[in-house]
Amino acid sequence: MEDHPVIRAKGVNFYYGKFRALTDISMDFEKNRVTALIGPSGCGKSTLLRLLNRMNDLIDGTRVEGEVLFEGKNIYGPEVDPVEIRRRIGMVFQKPNPFPKSIFNNITYGPRLAGLSDRVELEALVERSLKQAVLWDEVKDILGQSAMMLSGGQQQRLCIARALAMKPDVLLMDEPTSALDPVSTAKIEELIQDLKRDYTIIIVTHNMQQAARISDRTGFFYLGRLIEYSATEKIFTRPDVKQTEDYITGRFG
Amino acid sequence: MALQSSMRWRYFKEGLFFGLVRLSAFVITAALGGLLFYIFFHGLGVISWDFLTLPPTDSMTKGGIMPAILGTVCLTLGAIVIALPLGILSAIYLTEYAKQGRLVRVIRIGVNCLAGVPSIVFGLFGLGLFVVFLQFGPSILSGSLTLGILILPTIIGASEEALKGVPQTFREASLALGVSKWQTIYRIVLPNALPGILTGSILGIGRAAGETAPIMFTAAAFFTAKLPSSIFDEVMALPFHVYVLATAGTHIEATRPIQFGTVLVLVGLVLAVDLVAIVIRGTIRKRKRW
Repeated sequence: MEDHPVIRAKGVNFYYGKFRALTDISMDFEKNRVTALIGPSGCGKSTLLRLLNRMNDLIDGTRVEGEVLFEGKNIYGPEVDPVEIRRRIGMVFQKPNPFPKSIFNNITYGPRLAGLSDRVELEALVERSLKQAVLWDEVKDILGQSAMMLSGGQQQRLCIARALAMKPDVLLMDEPTSALDPVSTAKIEELIQDLKRDYTIIIVTHNMQQAARISDRTGFFYLGRLIEYSATEKIFTRPDVKQTEDYITGRFG
Repeated sequence: MALQSSMRWRYFKEGLFFGLVRLSAFVITAALGGLLFYIFFHGLGVISWDFLTLPPTDSMTKGGIMPAILGTVCLTLGAIVIALPLGILSAIYLTEYAKQGRLVRVIRIGVNCLAGVPSIVFGLFGLGLFVVFLQFGPSILSGSLTLGILILPTIIGASEEALKGVPQTFREASLALGVSKWQTIYRIVLPNALPGILTGSILGIGRAAGETAPIMFTAAAFFTAKLPSSIFDEVMALPFHVYVLATAGTHIEATRPIQFGTVLVLVGLVLAVDLVAIVIRGTIRKRKRW
């Protein structure tokens, strides 16, 4: 299969005020692949992830240089509406963050505001999204109950379902399992494997076994730079750069 | 020996300090209790169905206080209608939209200063702007506007706190779904902040009901048996009625019971409003689960 980059970062620099958090990042994210971003805390991997759907816009005093091409178009171009970008590029956060609404309304919140109002279609969408997130069997009888009643792992799968309901092309995941127990983590990892048939997934993780298990390609970041980026298997068996090897083998980090 | 005496000194200090703290709490409770008791003791006797439903008669030495109750209710409702939307919108601007910097700091200082301005100053300001310049005359409208400005800082403060209390993760979750900022505020932030906004605001509303100085020149009538029919009518008001009876009435001593009865009704009204706030807060605390 030939690789098609869905998102291309080209020479991206990113600043929080005067502090440069990312330096000259250029990397391609391929369609229907899982790309893992790894590196020690503060290395910029989460910053890069949030830059890909313009979530960093929300922070005062930030500045982007370079280009992020999504399907060939720079998402930082002047005529681009970040709201539109975020509909196409969904996001799942580190801590499960369902709304204090019913399970049903958590899923339909986004699509409704995007203009979908037909009850039958909404119900079908809820079922489809929850099935995709492998949560349907657990919640199909309690769709009217508050999402806050669910366990942490269920909440996180609900958040994934909620993101999928927008039918995005790309799913960004910011350490989606770091707040979860091992069983829930395993479920979400399995889920990610299924989802890559339909979606492009970019995941930030602190857990290197996780990156090795679920990703096709891995990028290693250190101090705001992309140190090494290639097939996951290569990164974890014979990395080109000494720093990568040191990090993976636990010699620093 | 020296050790023992130093220990004794320490115990003494401990006991002294604890006693002082307990005394303070006791004094405050006693003061409030005494006040309420005093008002009830002197006022309860005149409270009757007629007192609550009839206008004053015989140069305000007999009859009821119905026009004053109605006037205070009108003025307070008017103040809410004016201050609540304005206050909530300002708070949304300050917490959600404005870039946190010098401008916002200056606005916040301004709001806090407004909260510290003596109420008579609001009264005079209302007289100058609403009654004279805008020619609303002494009326419900002028009084409500003046009271509205008076309670604005309370409402802005309460709303800001409530908005800040909504977890940032809710905003992120909504925005990440491709929902616009305004929709996020309207659908997610505001509904979750509303109970807090209302609780804080109701405390301000209690204050508006009890103020005399701001309505003295802008809305309150010495006496009118006529019930208000439009927002341009002058009205009687509970606090002003007490003030009038106690200082300028024709029979100050003879109307003491009426004065206390009026105060009792006013206190009852404010406490009832506060009670609503407490009940709202209680139900929300139970419902909140983040």
